[in-house]
Amino acid sequence: MRFFTSENQRLATEIIGRYPKARSATIPLLHLAQEQHGWISDDAMIEVGRLVDATPAEVKGTATFYEMFKFAPVGKYLINICGTMSCQLLGADHLMHHAETKLGVVAGGTTEDGLFTLEHAECQAACTEAPTLQVNYRHQYRVTTESFDQLVDDLAAGNLDGEIPPHGTLGRVRQAIPADKSVGAVPPTEVDGPPVWLAVEGAS
Amino acid sequence: MTDIGTPIDWAPGFIANTTPKIVSGRFEFEDSFTIERAMATGAYNGLKAALAKTPAAVHDEVRGATVLGRGGAGFPAGVKWGFMPPDKWPRYLVVNGDESEPGTYKDRLLMERDPHQLIEGCLIACYATGLSQCFLYVRGEMPLAHERIAVALNDAYEARLVGKNILGSNFSVDIVLHWGAGAYVVGEETALIESLEGNRGMPRLKPPFFPAAVGLYGQPTIVNNIETLANLPWILSNGAQAYAEIGSESSPGTRLVAVSGHVKRPGVYEIVNGLTTFRDLIYGDQYCKGIRDDNELKAFVPGGGSAPWFTPEQLDVPFEGREASAEGSMLGSGAVIVMDETTDIPTAALSLTKFYAHESCGKCVPCREGGTWLEKILTRVVKGQGSPRDLELLLEVGATICPGDFPHASSSRLGLEAQPFPYKMTTICFVGPSAFAPIHSALTLFPEEFEAKLTRRDTIPLMSMPVADATGTDESVGAVS
Amino acid sequence: MTDLASASEVNETGVNITINGVRVVAPKGELVIDAAERNGVYIPRFCYHPRMEPVGMCRQCLVEVDTGRGPGLQPSCMLTVSDDMTVDTESETTKRAQEGMLEFLLVNHPLDCPVCDKGGECPLQDQTLAFGPGESRFVEEKRHYEKPIPISDLVYLDRERCILCDRCTRFAKDIAGDPLIHFMHRGNETQVLTFPDDPFNSYFSGNTVQICPVGALTARPYRFRARPWDLAEVESTCTTCSVGCRVAVQSSRNELLRYEGVDIESVNHGWLCDKGRFGFESVNSDQRLAGPYLRDVNNSDQLVGTNAALEAAATAIGAGRGGGGVGVIGGARLNNESAYAWSKLARTVIGTDNIDAQLADGLSAQMVLSLPRATIADATSADNVVVIGTDLKEELPVLFLRLKGAAQSGRIKLTELSLLVTGLSKHASASHRYVPGELAHAVGELLASNPQLASGSTVVVIGRPSAADFPDEVEAAVGVLTAGLPLATFLPALRRGNVMGALDMGLSPGVLPGRVSLDEGRDWFGSVWSSLPGEVGLDTAGMLEAAAAGRLDTLVLLGADPLADVPDRDLVERAFAGVGSIVAIDNFVTESVKRANVVLASTAFAEVGGTTTNLEGRVSRLGQMITPPGTARADWMIAAELAWRLGGDLELESLAQIWSEIEAVAPSHAGCTLEVVEAEGAIEGVVVPIPKSPDLAGAPSGPASIRWSAPALAEPPSVDGYSLRLVARRKLYDAATNTQMAPSLANLAEQAQLMVHPGELRRLGVESGTRVNVTSSRTTVVLSLVGDAAMPRGLAVMGLRQPGLAASELIDLRAAITELRIESR
Repeated sequence: MRFFTSENQRLATEIIGRYPKARSATIPLLHLAQEQHGWISDDAMIEVGRLVDATPAEVKGTATFYEMFKFAPVGKYLINICGTMSCQLLGADHLMHHAETKLGVVAGGTTEDGLFTLEHAECQAACTEAPTLQVNYRHQYRVTTESFDQLVDDLAAGNLDGEIPPHGTLGRVRQAIPADKSVGAVPPTEVDGPPVWLAVEGAS
Repeated sequence: MTDIGTPIDWAPGFIANTTPKIVSGRFEFEDSFTIERAMATGAYNGLKAALAKTPAAVHDEVRGATVLGRGGAGFPAGVKWGFMPPDKWPRYLVVNGDESEPGTYKDRLLMERDPHQLIEGCLIACYATGLSQCFLYVRGEMPLAHERIAVALNDAYEARLVGKNILGSNFSVDIVLHWGAGAYVVGEETALIESLEGNRGMPRLKPPFFPAAVGLYGQPTIVNNIETLANLPWILSNGAQAYAEIGSESSPGTRLVAVSGHVKRPGVYEIVNGLTTFRDLIYGDQYCKGIRDDNELKAFVPGGGSAPWFTPEQLDVPFEGREASAEGSMLGSGAVIVMDETTDIPTAALSLTKFYAHESCGKCVPCREGGTWLEKILTRVVKGQGSPRDLELLLEVGATICPGDFPHASSSRLGLEAQPFPYKMTTICFVGPSAFAPIHSALTLFPEEFEAKLTRRDTIPLMSMPVADATGTDESVGAVS
Repeated sequence: MTDLASASEVNETGVNITINGVRVVAPKGELVIDAAERNGVYIPRFCYHPRMEPVGMCRQCLVEVDTGRGPGLQPSCMLTVSDDMTVDTESETTKRAQEGMLEFLLVNHPLDCPVCDKGGECPLQDQTLAFGPGESRFVEEKRHYEKPIPISDLVYLDRERCILCDRCTRFAKDIAGDPLIHFMHRGNETQVLTFPDDPFNSYFSGNTVQICPVGALTARPYRFRARPWDLAEVESTCTTCSVGCRVAVQSSRNELLRYEGVDIESVNHGWLCDKGRFGFESVNSDQRLAGPYLRDVNNSDQLVGTNAALEAAATAIGAGRGGGGVGVIGGARLNNESAYAWSKLARTVIGTDNIDAQLADGLSAQMVLSLPRATIADATSADNVVVIGTDLKEELPVLFLRLKGAAQSGRIKLTELSLLVTGLSKHASASHRYVPGELAHAVGELLASNPQLASGSTVVVIGRPSAADFPDEVEAAVGVLTAGLPLATFLPALRRGNVMGALDMGLSPGVLPGRVSLDEGRDWFGSVWSSLPGEVGLDTAGMLEAAAAGRLDTLVLLGADPLADVPDRDLVERAFAGVGSIVAIDNFVTESVKRANVVLASTAFAEVGGTTTNLEGRVSRLGQMITPPGTARADWMIAAELAWRLGGDLELESLAQIWSEIEAVAPSHAGCTLEVVEAEGAIEGVVVPIPKSPDLAGAPSGPASIRWSAPALAEPPSVDGYSLRLVARRKLYDAATNTQMAPSLANLAEQAQLMVHPGELRRLGVESGTRVNVTSSRTTVVLSLVGDAAMPRGLAVMGLRQPGLAASELIDLRAAITELRIESR
């Protein structure tokens, strides 16, 4: 049994083909695995390693470096509350305390129904809108205790299903490079001169 | 332009009432990210202008405009491009969209609000310097940016604006959307390349790994920030001369600055570079309109979480690199975090130190061990369990990460002269020093706030090291005080 | 990689630098850390290792450097010297940085030195003493991990002690090519780990223990066995295979405890394979033969004194000498001096030329000795390297490392021609497969399609591809090579420890010491030795066939186990049944020794000094560290004793005296005196023949006197569509006695199985793992049949000597190829 579904296997092949070296596809393929499975299993890392010609240890070395990859199941909604300076100045600690009370878990935990995982997070590049949080990396701005409660209730009720896909899915639209319009990735060893438009005009 | 006091839905945080506009021109349209709106508002005119020139002429134009890198280091893009060895091929473009410096919010806005401007900027860079493939590395925690760029790229490929024979010319380049997975240090350009190669995002040592010489797959590589590239279409459309006329001679053009924290109207502003002062920005009516509740300003971070802090005494410093350095800090990534009189300074500093200690990649010892140690000591102090020795220790540990005088602002209150930027460091990259910077600033400029938290007056007993005795036959862990 | 790129740039021109106020000249491209060390200034370091790419991570080697823009701290392991550079390793700034780094490293390093194996030889401990602050200001809780955890059968990892210097992980990835350990997690939680259920099973794992600068990695065979200050040490040369890696042999209380690689430029760069590194366990084995015994007609063993055993051996040999003949098989385990003694004993006292150090599983001695020889240095710097036949990773592991490193660095263009995918295949510029029986034709095609091999320097590494094929095939292939590449030089990939020394000493029929043929050397040796046999004798296959036919009275097994090693078990059984008596001289009671009538115990590695010769012809010193068990004696002494009892006198008295005689009579060794071999700084050894050394007056010149001509190109064997062709390959870990007697290695040998392409499984209609009947011309055996996509179609692959079943059961050594029929049971 292959780890990836046949559709994802096709996508994986397409993604690998965009890079001059397959290894560059490691992180995109791990995202694909997390989208399919919700988290990164050992099987996922073994398969990604096979596809990019890396040992499972190398893939795990890469995967564990990055915070978005989870190595055990997490809730359908991962709630990341930012605690870095701009948010801290505007009450992030209070918001986190409230969130822990509301969800009944401490940061790092998952609610018993498996719906929510709560995490401390760091700067979310929305500092002007502090305090912020992300649900499956979708921003929520100027969050108050009231708006937090409303958000959790809406998520639980499925009111936001259209906007916030389950954990693992990032962009709901993928890049698709049409074969007839693609230049194609070439291993660096197979290039030995400047590109054609430069060759004609002269290098800068 | 009307004053839109609260953020508009389609561009959270963006405040549109500034002029001139070089990179945010399209933001006010709700559908600014679509190819229809982009094409209707002059998108890809810069590319067309570029293709009408030789690549060398385009490079000259960019060099002439002196576009300072907007990622933090502020190095002129045109000069950086010129560092590639002339005879090594292929060359690559890696676009740094891993925005995650505390306080910084502008690249995400540029990606979400105007992906076509970014794509156009990438194409101009590739054309000018013969880059054969472009990798657009977007921070993982920005799915909206992924979606918008993916749609924009798909549309642009369809319109033959990207890919083979762009606009019917012999210029062909692919732009590959690549997404990260959550690691601040990947914003460092060599770490970004490691990450793009599928590895742990740990910085490489410069030398020998200057990306322009030895970059992606060991090939010459240009790593440019999103905002830097977003400037290029305007420059090609309007000319380097027009660009240079905006702002100051040393810092031309405009830049996006995010102001957060205790101001009345936090937001992202496109300001005139080199001339606008922090006072303009924090108190000006077209910008932040002053401190919340009309409180007193206590301190502000002028250039992202890594930057040493300023106090009200530095309000009249303009957004100009050398002036900011002389005053003891840097402009960094265009992020100002404002603290009012109610701020608990040690706690605020801790929120940053924690960030950098957590984001250490672990490669070099001073950052990996020193950063965490600093966090532990400061946490103890903030919790009211610190001793005077701890405050000395914070500075001593910091001095192992950054030997010599650490930059700081002047303070007439404390009788301090400014110590100019930059610092020296024993680390490979700036993450380690960044863990120390907020501590040093806070402790130097507000020592009384730390002293007020001290409860323990005892000194810390010293632990002895394991040492072999002279014969090397015996080790002991003795108590030495 | 291994050979730093700078090495080639060095020496062109020097640059002037100042180190601590002293002006010195450093070669261009040299790293500051090396330049300082060369000039007596040691800069502390943890991550830097001279045989690996620097990474500049630990920051311990920061020193204040001024290149004209003012002094600044720079990592001296990443900085190359430049003209007028000023380096200050003692400035206040430098010292503070170094103290600071050590304090940081000790923040999380446990103070368990008293129970740590590294204590006493620990770079962290030593450098803390020399460069550290003397006290820590860290009072918080340290990092905690489960400790220690096994990361393989041989290596344990203590993550609390680890300082994350990237030495082991870099070694695993860049040098060994087995990136099975890796940094995982990030920042302060970074740790070295394996992937679950995917242990660090590298043939080179022990090197990570040796280069670990703390006690984070420990080797199971050495854990808690000794303290460094209790170890005695002598330098030696590993004889596990014929690469000849330099080792430091360490012992305590007359027991071997550890081997450490010694860095010599010409051979091993400090690396060892695990089989060599942990092989000391077999020397220590309580199964060692500690004294002689006789086996009487009732097959019961009788322990006897040495004199009685020597008497019995002499009687058996004497009977053969006077009757149907004597044959001596083996000798590759011996040092050069003992090999010479046995060569002289056989030729002058026993009067036979029936002597062969190879067991019908190697290459023609005449061919090996007559081909122009390359060195490893030649092979790692040639324009082209062609590797033919063997899987060097399995047979000559450190040669594999050297070639892999050279190929990775782009210095050489590596072309491979082998039956199967090997460890080198993915590092080769081109890797080609061929079919058993068709090697010579494949070589011809290779040369025709690669004309560049004939231009520039080319080194050919050639070994025996499969013990299931007749060796003529290799000789024919070499004939094609020497015709097509007249300037090529060769590295013979013979595997056994001192096989090259044994051949140099004449342990092969028709070959006398010094690479001289019996015929050409007759006059010279007639003058320096008492007498010579009249006829060229039999090789191992010939002796066994003669014995089987009742034409040989006595077989002497000189550290040989033909039942296990000769690729034709049936023939050996018949030979043992047909021979009059067997005299065995060995370290262990092997399967063949069990069949001997007289058994003498001999010394093993580190129990006797002398010299050994590697595959390059490099003569280097062996170190004696311990005394042999019981009454085991050196093989040369046994030879001398037997000679005396047989009425002769070898006139050999000591290792030194034997070497002097070798130097005086063996043409290829002229000039290679003991003084030269033992000279100060001669740890690299001496490659013979020494260029420009004067010829021995009256002696024939060495290699030129060996006559070898390639056999005619045979027609490829015809294809039998119902059969699979057997490939009998060597694996590093197998059922060999020395591996099985080392407890840490014994279990690493895979059980015997037959591997085929999955397509063959489908054709046979069986599942992978099914036990099947396998029939050759010799016999039918039962084996488990395993599918593996890496196996070419039409072949069936098994280990020559894996536990469970040896391929030699299936092989007829006179057949060109071995065809197998496979049937489900």
